[in-house]
Amino acid sequence: MSSSILVGVYQPGETLLHRLPVGVKVLGLGAFSLTVVLVRDARASWVFLAVALAVALLARTRLAVLARATRVVLLFAAFVGALQWWLYGRDKAVETLVDLVALALAAVVVSATTPVNAMLDALVRWVRPLRRVGVDPDRVALTFALAIQSLPGTVALALETRDAARARGLGRHPRAYLTPFVIRVVARAHETGDALHARGIGDGDDQA
Amino acid sequence: MTMTDTPDTGTERRPRFSTTDLALVAAFAALTSACAYVGAVPVGGSGVPITLQSLAIMLGGCLLGPVRGFLAAALYLGLGAIGLPVFAEHSSGLGVFTGASAGYLWSFPVAAALAGFLVKYVAGRERKTRAVFVFLCSLAGSVLVIHPAGIAGMKLFFDVPWSDALAYDTPFWLGDVVKTTLVALIAAEVHRAFPQLLHPRR
Amino acid sequence: MATIELDAAAVTVDVPDGERVILSPTTLTLTERRVGVVGANGSGKSTLARLLNGLVSPTAGRVLVDGLDVARRGSAVRRRVGFVFTDPAAQLVMPTCVEDVELSLRTRERDAGRRRELALAVLERFGLADHAHVSVHALSGGQKQLLALAGVLATDPSVLVADEPTTLLDLANTRRVAELLFGLEQQLVLVTHDLEQARRCDRVLVVDGARVVFDGEAAAAVDHYVASVTE
Repeated sequence: MSSSILVGVYQPGETLLHRLPVGVKVLGLGAFSLTVVLVRDARASWVFLAVALAVALLARTRLAVLARATRVVLLFAAFVGALQWWLYGRDKAVETLVDLVALALAAVVVSATTPVNAMLDALVRWVRPLRRVGVDPDRVALTFALAIQSLPGTVALALETRDAARARGLGRHPRAYLTPFVIRVVARAHETGDALHARGIGDGDDQA
Repeated sequence: MTMTDTPDTGTERRPRFSTTDLALVAAFAALTSACAYVGAVPVGGSGVPITLQSLAIMLGGCLLGPVRGFLAAALYLGLGAIGLPVFAEHSSGLGVFTGASAGYLWSFPVAAALAGFLVKYVAGRERKTRAVFVFLCSLAGSVLVIHPAGIAGMKLFFDVPWSDALAYDTPFWLGDVVKTTLVALIAAEVHRAFPQLLHPRR
Repeated sequence: MATIELDAAAVTVDVPDGERVILSPTTLTLTERRVGVVGANGSGKSTLARLLNGLVSPTAGRVLVDGLDVARRGSAVRRRVGFVFTDPAAQLVMPTCVEDVELSLRTRERDAGRRRELALAVLERFGLADHAHVSVHALSGGQKQLLALAGVLATDPSVLVADEPTTLLDLANTRRVAELLFGLEQQLVLVTHDLEQARRCDRVLVVDGARVVFDGEAAAAVDHYVASVTE
């Protein structure tokens, strides 16, 4: 279970959305999101939702993935929606809800059609201009890789910690299980830092 | 960050961040992801469920200081942005950056930086291991950064008056005090275990 | 063989109530092909090993590898001195085996295609070719240590320092890793609790209470160590 965190929602495919460059998709999503947030109109909201659904259909995103993405949004929006209904009436609440769902669908389509590695490569490409202010893209990529690599182990550790807490009847002192968890994470990071250093990786680019 | 052997002394210039710094930043981004992934944990006799994600963010700030704390929080957001399911409820991707709770997320790196700055430079070497000081530093990050940003995000997103956005935010306050208490207790203990963590010897 | 010199090298750390000595001033010259280091946990032998490639800097004195000062020419020294740790999981940092080896080769080979070929060749040499694209999490403990060794040896260092490389392994994997270590062309500095391995070295240092208390031929050194424990 713990390694499922490395997969995300990506599903392989050959659709137009899969073949679009990452940058285009991300920019497109950004423009779409901004439009949705800025345009305050109940009818426009339904158009946005239709657009998002059409894109999801085009990308052949699995229904389960779409459902999961919307469920997350709905959980949060249910509370706010109820308040809005009470304060401003039904239209406002519905507009908000439809906007939220449209945004969530559009975003999940980008994630479902772009592998994590392609996203990471794009991100590292985009930070390249920051080289001038002292940001080394290779080190950014390395730090991302380190974090991704340690995800399954850290999740396993966190689950262990939580289960131990449950076994002890939730533990009246959460620090009694969270502190050892954090200490183990810090200790492991020190070991990893030493190992990288020993491999000469911390010495940076001295070949040029 | 290129390294050159300076001929006159033969001494090398070190990169700004050591490999241990990079590993710690990565570890806290992973820790935050794990906390969000594991989900809410009931705490104390009241059984208030709290999500541990902002707790981990503030821990990063209070343990690693402003710069590395900021970077750990930013890296966590980056992991979500590239599509890993590291946000609450296993959601991922770019949606959360424009969603209703986007204000909270965007504020994480700044909040970690503020709390880290206060612990490192205001509380200082002696008091950083006393939970009450860490509590105040972390609370400052939460009250001055996370909640205002979250409220602003919801005002913008739902297009409601400030008072309403504030009302949406209030249910989180109680859990937040619990979380900040935990951050303080844990950070003080971890500082005792790793006295050099905030001030690494280079 | 490389020449490793410790010139009154010492390590101390500040603790709340003063100063703690991790390693007393030590002067040594190591030129033997196989150097063993034995001693109790916390005796300072790990610190001694870490001095050799600059993971720890001496707080007094100097450490030289082939005449290069470790404290000042760290990156040049680390290209000569590889280091293997006890826990292989902590040193494997990339998702798959081939990527982990590529990480080591990054500064030496700029071209990604060439780098991949080199990395695959290294894995082949360590009998891990079948696992090239497998997640490092899927490897057994022994395979992980072999991969860690592959990652370190990929850059052809002239010295390998190994800090208890077999402590976490079962007997079969201990033997396998030891065979590999003793079969290397490189100069080897091996910190170990395994007296069988220590006896195979050309010279053995016994570390106790933050100092080298015996330095000499392997059989005599191991006997000295065993006697000191049984006393």
